[in-house]
Amino acid sequence: MDITTLSALEMGRKIKNREISVAEAVKAQLEKIKVSDASYHCYITVLEQEALARGEKVQKLIEAGEFKDSPLAGVPVAVKDNICTQGVRTTCASKILYNFNPPYNAAVVEKLENAGAVIIGKTNMDEFAMGSTTETSYFGITNNPRNTEHVPGGSSGGSAAAVAADEAFYALGSDTGGSIRQPSAFCGVTGMKPTYGTVSRYGLLAYASSLDQIGPIAKNVSDCAAVLDIISGHDARDSTCVAQGAYHYTEALADDVRGMKIGIPKGYLGAGLDDEIRKSILAAAETFEKKGAVVQEFDLDAVDYAIPAYYVIASAEASSNLSRYDGVKYGYRTGDFENLQEVYKKTRSEGFGNEVKRRMMIGAFVLSSGYYDAYYNKALKVKAIIKAGFDKAFQKFDVLLGPTAPSTAPRLGESLSDPLKMYLGDIYTVSVNLAGLPAISLPCGTDSKGLPIGMQLIGKHFGEKEIIRAAYSFEQTQTGNK
Amino acid sequence: MKSYETVIGLEVHAELATKTKIFCGCTTQFGGEPNTHCCPVCTGMPGTLPVLNKKVVEFAIAAGLAANCTITQHCKFDRKNYFYPDLPKAYQVSQLYLPICRGGGIEIETGGEKKIVGIHEIHMEEDAGKLVHDPWEDCTLVDYNRCGVPLIEIVSEPDMRSADEVIAYLEKLKLILQYLGVSDCKMQEGSLRADINLSVREVGAKEFGIRTEMKNMNSFKAIARAVEGERKRQIELLEYGKVIVQETRRWDDNKDTSFAMRSKEDAQDYRYFPEPDLVPIEISDEWLEEIKNRQPELRDEKMLRYETEYDIPAYDADIITGSKKLADIFEETVALCGKPKEVSNWLMVETMRLLKEAEMEPENIEFSAANLARLVGLIYDGKINRTVAKEVFEEIFKSDIDPVQYVEKKGLSMVSDEGILRSVIEKIIAANPASVNDYRNGKEKALGFLVGQTMKEMKGKADPGLINRILKDLL
Amino acid sequence: MTITDETIHYVAALAKLELSGEEKEKAKKDLGSILAYMDTMNELDTEHIEPMSHVFPIRNVFREDVVANGPDRDILLSNAPASKDGCFMVPKTVE
Repeated sequence: MDITTLSALEMGRKIKNREISVAEAVKAQLEKIKVSDASYHCYITVLEQEALARGEKVQKLIEAGEFKDSPLAGVPVAVKDNICTQGVRTTCASKILYNFNPPYNAAVVEKLENAGAVIIGKTNMDEFAMGSTTETSYFGITNNPRNTEHVPGGSSGGSAAAVAADEAFYALGSDTGGSIRQPSAFCGVTGMKPTYGTVSRYGLLAYASSLDQIGPIAKNVSDCAAVLDIISGHDARDSTCVAQGAYHYTEALADDVRGMKIGIPKGYLGAGLDDEIRKSILAAAETFEKKGAVVQEFDLDAVDYAIPAYYVIASAEASSNLSRYDGVKYGYRTGDFENLQEVYKKTRSEGFGNEVKRRMMIGAFVLSSGYYDAYYNKALKVKAIIKAGFDKAFQKFDVLLGPTAPSTAPRLGESLSDPLKMYLGDIYTVSVNLAGLPAISLPCGTDSKGLPIGMQLIGKHFGEKEIIRAAYSFEQTQTGNK
Repeated sequence: MKSYETVIGLEVHAELATKTKIFCGCTTQFGGEPNTHCCPVCTGMPGTLPVLNKKVVEFAIAAGLAANCTITQHCKFDRKNYFYPDLPKAYQVSQLYLPICRGGGIEIETGGEKKIVGIHEIHMEEDAGKLVHDPWEDCTLVDYNRCGVPLIEIVSEPDMRSADEVIAYLEKLKLILQYLGVSDCKMQEGSLRADINLSVREVGAKEFGIRTEMKNMNSFKAIARAVEGERKRQIELLEYGKVIVQETRRWDDNKDTSFAMRSKEDAQDYRYFPEPDLVPIEISDEWLEEIKNRQPELRDEKMLRYETEYDIPAYDADIITGSKKLADIFEETVALCGKPKEVSNWLMVETMRLLKEAEMEPENIEFSAANLARLVGLIYDGKINRTVAKEVFEEIFKSDIDPVQYVEKKGLSMVSDEGILRSVIEKIIAANPASVNDYRNGKEKALGFLVGQTMKEMKGKADPGLINRILKDLL
Repeated sequence: MTITDETIHYVAALAKLELSGEEKEKAKKDLGSILAYMDTMNELDTEHIEPMSHVFPIRNVFREDVVANGPDRDILLSNAPASKDGCFMVPKTVE
């Protein structure tokens, strides 16, 4: 039996029951990566020696009675390469950080380690999480394991592909405008973006600080909930990380949507949406109804303005967040300079890729003198309208349902030539980040080409439990799911 | 020549006297080996986040209240974006849109005239690092120890008209901040520095002239000269029909003139926007009230209290409260040994003399109140006379010695054994029959001579009053 | 919105980027279409709307003023492209 096909919780149970040792799990995972990563290229860095050593240590701790409350102790995990791992190269898939070794661990990495996780490697992504295809990585593209001619989505494409290819039992991604949900949809796995402030951002290399959130990508809803149990929680080092009472998301894993009110924003089924996906979503709606939920279409405010507002805000914050990469303190420095200005300009021009440069320029423009009100401030007002629209919707509904993306995974090389067209693919995901809401993407079928279709369930603030329950209930109706 | 009026506004940066930096737990201690008061947060490591030091907000509010400002009860931080090696994140966290204090004023007095200098705003921000030129490599070395030290920037209205007013304003501001304990205002350590915005216009003109800015001035003397120098330069330009360029200039105190600075970057567009990594600050009425109630006594109140509580002259109270450090030493010493007028004299006369000799400011005083109190005790216990006391005080001033031990070690205490003194005086009387005769014939002066001779014999360690009494007794 | 050469020059300077002639042309075209798309926000009436920078009403997250030491200087400098005497090293800055 190929043990890498097990879900994270199944593997965790077998390790607990001493059916499989941590070393066996780690070796099997490394072996799988060795065999298949040449085809998919999910990883930027594989931590072979470190994972083996860590596996031995975790095994001993488990035998000594540690990690009793940790269902994922000993299970290998992949971490997106924009999350700091102490002493392990963290690149953001950019040349400008090709050699950066963080002097500290991200809060989520500490939490994983405290739960007995074994980090197996750092996954590929769009450079600085800017992109929807994982084609902008300095370290090469990632292929979609469901069909290698297609992109895995992005920006957490490496994490989603690794889970889809059984190169990881579960993975961490980050989601600023759909970067967990969209690649999860494209690769046929389950990914969740928590409410803003649920997971500490300390140690996440910032793209857009007001929108970024770390979350799990896994083989099923239960695994996602279990991972979220581990990584969520207040952190005094992140001022925007909220202190909450209970974080027991796995308690929400119940197959019961009776009486649940589910809304479908009409704007999420309109022009631009692939017909096959529309059918899948409507079929999913029917499934929910059959299980006793009340499903209703409704008008969500300002859907069309989410993308422009998102790109103004995200680019503005990015232009500021990425200014620190200047060749002075860490990372790449140009080899050819006469003076300080050249260190700055050449380092950054040589170190950043096109998409990152484009967003930094847009960001500089929308904040610049004379344009701040027309763009940045306007976008903050649109954000307020979008948030109010969701608030209104959640007075009526418990959960919102829609597609994750307007199409299935595009072919490699089709997206980058027209950036605006690529941005439009984020239509169903970005408003969730603007409003700070939780959302999960899970598989709900395949199209005629055999590519996975993802559906998205959106919850109200800190409404993770509702969307986990809905997603879990739906998952039970799907055949072939673990 | 036409007659001109000078218009001056100041932006004063004061480093706050917190123990830790504004957004991380690193120490704010001055000095230290380069980059040893640093952590991933204040060196702008990727992925790090700021968490605001509560004390910074309280200090800023305290300064605002003392400057009669309105406190912005809902305020936020913004990012000011520019590239420079002393700014590791390439943005400074500051406040543009909602500064914590607005619209106050401070009363100053020059040449017997009082006036109010308006305060436009006070905002919180982080300090930058230090750049040092390395002559060996002809490059610049970057030290981030000061990076992230909390600052308040106090922006005045363009209400000052002369160097005297500028200095009076700065002195007043410095005292307020020191009295509040908000900043130590050590100018030589850069914890108080001023940017001077200056323009000139013809007397009677309604519009302001074009202004220049001189940055990072950190001595009162240099500031006074810079104001004078820049005023003259601008008037000269106008007199020759030339235009003044709005620019940043650097005052060179050695050359007694200012130079145009090359701008930090080609485009000065700071692209301020709300800092997303910090949440807004809500200052409740209760919190504000709490801070108000904690406000320490400021100078004017203290002066009045000294006159009534300690019964020292207004003149003394004025000098002593002119420095927070002097006032602190005064109160501590009096608490230990009483005798306010005596303590005041030591501070006003001897301390001031020694400070002047050493070219020091009162802030740099290193002696303790305890040792000054012991000295006063020695005098009142008749252990030493005033001549010896002055000598001992110089040692206290220099190295804060314990006067009791010092007097004992050096054998400086007065001989209080009347028997010994009497036998010495008997010897003096026997040796100076002429003076004895003079005295007996009514020449009072002769007694002084005899006292002096006795003192000489006693090597100064005797109480002149006691000698007098014994002499008269014996004669 | 049409993007001029000056605008591209200006934003590249702000972002400290050096663009080739070809990159400038591409940037002009892309920024033009992206900003034009962003202008669709103007269709939405936002006159009485407060700009929302923070999505949650969280306020007053503070640290106490207590010293906590950072890591060694060597660790902070370990990623520096150039350093000397415990400092980060850059080309001469001109005052």
